[in-house]
Amino acid sequence: MATLKCYFNGFWRYRYLLYNLISRDFKLKYRRSVLGVAWSVLNPLLMMLVMWAVFGGLFPDLRGGDIVNYPIFLLCGQLLFNFFRESTTLAMSSVLYNAPLLRKVYIPKYIFPLEKTCFGFVNCCFSFIALVLVMLFTLSPVHLTLPLAIYPLLTLFVFSLGVGLVLATMTVFFRDVMHMWEVFTTALMYFSAIFYDPEMMSGWVQQFIKFNPIYWYITGFRRAVINGEGLSLSMILVCGGCAVAALAFGLFVFKKNQDKFVLYL
Amino acid sequence: MENNQPIISVDHVSMRFNLSKEKHESLKEYFLALAKGRLQFDEFYALRDVSLKVMPGDFYGLIGLNGSGKSTLLKVISGVYKPSSGTCRVGGTIAPLIELGAGFDMDLTARENIYLNGTVLGFTPKYIDSKFEEIVEFSELRDFLDVPLKNYSSGMVARIAFAIATITKPDILIADEILSVGDFLFQQKCEARMQRLMSGGTTVLLVSHSIEQIERMCNKVAWIEKGRVKMDGPAAEVCAAYKQTTK
Ligand SMILES: Nc1ncnc2c1ncn2[C@@H]1O[C@H](COP(=O)(O)OP(=O)(O)OP(=O)(O)O)[C@@H](O)[C@H]1O
Ligand SMILES: [Mg+2]
Repeated sequence: MATLKCYFNGFWRYRYLLYNLISRDFKLKYRRSVLGVAWSVLNPLLMMLVMWAVFGGLFPDLRGGDIVNYPIFLLCGQLLFNFFRESTTLAMSSVLYNAPLLRKVYIPKYIFPLEKTCFGFVNCCFSFIALVLVMLFTLSPVHLTLPLAIYPLLTLFVFSLGVGLVLATMTVFFRDVMHMWEVFTTALMYFSAIFYDPEMMSGWVQQFIKFNPIYWYITGFRRAVINGEGLSLSMILVCGGCAVAALAFGLFVFKKNQDKFVLYL
Repeated sequence: MENNQPIISVDHVSMRFNLSKEKHESLKEYFLALAKGRLQFDEFYALRDVSLKVMPGDFYGLIGLNGSGKSTLLKVISGVYKPSSGTCRVGGTIAPLIELGAGFDMDLTARENIYLNGTVLGFTPKYIDSKFEEIVEFSELRDFLDVPLKNYSSGMVARIAFAIATITKPDILIADEILSVGDFLFQQKCEARMQRLMSGGTTVLLVSHSIEQIERMCNKVAWIEKGRVKMDGPAAEVCAAYKQTTK
């Protein structure tokens, strides 16, 4: 308990650093681009249009017939998945890329994976403007359950942070992890039911998909936003459980190894 | 006011590094090494059984040849490295000036970097706001405030870094060869500022290859050779001995 309080005090002291690092990331990401932060909105929008064209126009059979409001369905899945992919990928290399800093001054090292996850999250929140735009454009109904979407979103944040901490630790010791993760997330994308209705898949695929936590976050989010239904008990449990487990494991692994980092950077 | 508790006490500290060529940067290398049964790393001790005590108010100098372990010792003290064995206890806030420009992002402007680096050192933005003028004044780089740092010369970077790190009155100031970058005017300015901090009660730990500077500024000196403390004590004695052997 005492160590937890100590941890929190340390964090509180460095909250401005967290803020400054996030704002640095935004500045550098959009420096010298004319549209700037608008890309956070435009990018998912354009991507969604591409996918819509492919799975709505070219291969409509692939996605399954009875999806209500396909553009929104796509966009929800895509935004959440991109958040997960972006934040974990950035968090993974964050400790490595900040090696010059870590080798020279003392700062709590978890601040870097945390910062990248926050950056991904803020970026994702900007992207929700795209979602609102598409909802307006397609005249979709706004359900009372909309605020419930916060739950899958926040638990996904915690889950991503946990995964990011583990990846960041592994990357310090083995750079291979970066390449493997890229392939892995691509595979994961196809098993996250982003552009198809899992109900129309064969039985084993349906079962298999259920082992993918990302599927649960996306489905929970969609239920609140599109279907106007509350979250089912299993959704609440799986989303929350995975998040807590990932974070606990991530903190454990990170804390155990962080003193060795500087020797390998 | 003077108490007898050392503000920094380094107690039998050793620092072991795995030599770079034995680092396994990819899984394949790792498993190859594992298969060949030589996963034991080549070990290298940058510090061996170092013990030092620095009293509050000391102006402590560290001297030694290149690669003797001075910077490593400073990093152990400032908490960047955790010693492989031994303990290091520090009783106060540290302003680290180890390799200037740590915490700077070369793509950002000086203005942005002042805020970023300030928060790296644990200051609040409000505090930096209030000291901003002073920093700019001290570094004399007002005309370059909105230029990305990558277009600065190394001396200019050093000026900004020194100005930021010394805006508070830290309990301990750790300076690793920073004075060697700036021009002589700036060096004088830095020295004056260090002296001023000193008279305000700050303990200073200084590494420099300029032995006459150490003699002039420090009251105590430790001479480090190949990771061991070869000699420590009053500045004049140690410097004299050091000059004897390196002549
Ligand atoms: N991260 C590291 N990994 C492996 N070896 C290291 C590492 N850091 C330092 N060393 C080794 O430790 C020894 C001491 O280095 P250090 O930087 O402390 O020397 P120094 O006394 O500051 O020298 P200089 O006067 O050149 O600044 C060197 O031999 C160096 O190769
Ligand atoms: Mg050095």
